[in-house]
Amino acid sequence: MSEKKTNRRDFLFTATYAVGAVGVGATIWPMIDQMNPDASVKALASTEVDVSAVNPGKTITVLWRGKPVFIRRRTQDEIAEARSVKLEDLKHPEKDEDRAANPEWLVMLGVCTHLGCVPLDQKGEYNGWFCPCHGSHYDISGRIRKGPAPTNMEIPKYEFVNANTIKIG
Amino acid sequence: MSDHEYTPKSKFGKWFNDRLPLLTLANHLTDYPTPKNLNYWWTFGGILTFCLITQIVTGLVLAMHYIAHADMAFDSVEHIMRDVNYGWLIRYIHANGASMFFLAVYIHIFRSLFYGSYKAPREIIWIIGIIIYLLMMAAAFLGYVLPWGQMSFWGATVITNLFSAIPLVGEGIVTWLWGGYSVDNPTLTRFFTLHYLIPFLILGLVVLHIWALHVPGNNNPVGIDIKKPSKDTVPFHPYIVIKDGFALLMFMIVFAFFVFYTPNILGHADNYIEANPLVTPAHIVPEWYLLPFYAILRSVPDKLLGVVAMLSAILILAALPWLDTSKIRSAVFRPLYRQFYWILVADVLILGYVGAMPAEGLYLLVARVATAYYFLHFLVILPVLGWKEKTLPIPLSITEPILGGSPNLASAKNKESLNK
Repeated sequence: MSEKKTNRRDFLFTATYAVGAVGVGATIWPMIDQMNPDASVKALASTEVDVSAVNPGKTITVLWRGKPVFIRRRTQDEIAEARSVKLEDLKHPEKDEDRAANPEWLVMLGVCTHLGCVPLDQKGEYNGWFCPCHGSHYDISGRIRKGPAPTNMEIPKYEFVNANTIKIG
Repeated sequence: MSDHEYTPKSKFGKWFNDRLPLLTLANHLTDYPTPKNLNYWWTFGGILTFCLITQIVTGLVLAMHYIAHADMAFDSVEHIMRDVNYGWLIRYIHANGASMFFLAVYIHIFRSLFYGSYKAPREIIWIIGIIIYLLMMAAAFLGYVLPWGQMSFWGATVITNLFSAIPLVGEGIVTWLWGGYSVDNPTLTRFFTLHYLIPFLILGLVVLHIWALHVPGNNNPVGIDIKKPSKDTVPFHPYIVIKDGFALLMFMIVFAFFVFYTPNILGHADNYIEANPLVTPAHIVPEWYLLPFYAILRSVPDKLLGVVAMLSAILILAALPWLDTSKIRSAVFRPLYRQFYWILVADVLILGYVGAMPAEGLYLLVARVATAYYFLHFLVILPVLGWKEKTLPIPLSITEPILGGSPNLASAKNKESLNK
């Protein structure tokens, strides 16, 4: 033990540990990854919704990937209200124009960004949505205004297939 | 006694014991020297073992009838309640058994806090206990999801979403836990698997917990080290067995009261409505035994910090043997600690109460003060008390305060006759 020199045995040990670690990692990964969404879950990734029956001032809720999606046909007053809010007043500043490209239609995930409850329609201090679980208030653009939620309700990827049909996902 | 070499009497016993010393183990457990002043707060270890076995046995039976599928789970639980012979009884024992388990574990933990049982040389027993407690909470949460009622579904949603507070990888972890983009069938099947697994992990840890206990032996209400075996100890059997047995009977009366007279009082009516991913119940509250931690979560206005505070409130217990700097174990000889102990008990009860109330107005204020005090107790009061507090003199042995001086019965009797 007087001199510490790297010899063949040290090299063999290190090489063995390294190969062993890679082997263990490669064995464990499938065990972990099997818990991620499977092919059948991913296959349900898009939904088409007919919105022709939705009147102004009404919201419908559809299920997309197991989560509720709110589709609200907003009135002119609501659009004016949503667009008049100053960005400085927002906890998570986002323009309404960026959230609803077609101002009449607000399409968003009906999931509170705090801990995932479904907020209630036309409730709360900002005439938008209110989450009953821990008291988050959202405005008519689905932006967080008051309460513990950190961000605005999420806008999913969607497009108008034609004038009456929205494809989500 | 336990340190003696044990030789079985029968020839077969000796032959077997030489190959697998199970009889030596049985002899150790029977003769195990126990402090003779253990009070009824010490009977909850045995009661907890009973609770664990009850949950495993009733759970095994329920699993024979339950179907872990999002479309069938709710109906299969109703099937157990209505069709399966004695299904109602077995399910009510299992559901209330969880509450009884937590009732007993909280008494067990607070007994340790009062008598300083977590202090050297018993730190490992204490830490294993905290791990068992964490696993119990996991098992209780997973089990609550299985009936697939509204509270099951939304409880699962809220609790799994706690992980989304982790920066960067949070959302990925939540999707991984769910096996999808929301709580759904893949979530239910894995929760069932883990719910089935955890009790056996707990069972293994209980063995380690008891093993670690049998190295230094039991703490006792006086909190002093005792000689084992000596006049200060009695053998585990029959003395402690009888005492534990009597306490267990009393406990079973309380248990039976809940099962037979108010089987649903500790649950929520909303859980008799099948899970609906489109509607969140108006008021989500966890089971009573998680309420103090829920209050801590909600008292912090920031999502990530709220989760951090809640987890810290539990994990801080693991550091307790080093946070409490006092050399004296039992609160009996710590006049100041004794008062802070009862304030902590009140604090946790208050947290539990406000955890059940809406998080607004006065409730929120009280929750914040109580949360701050909880951490103050462990992080400031306990370390400072250790060197500020003037403790009372501790006796040299358990028998000393009663027999006047010596654990030696003969000399004590002499002294007594001299006094006459």
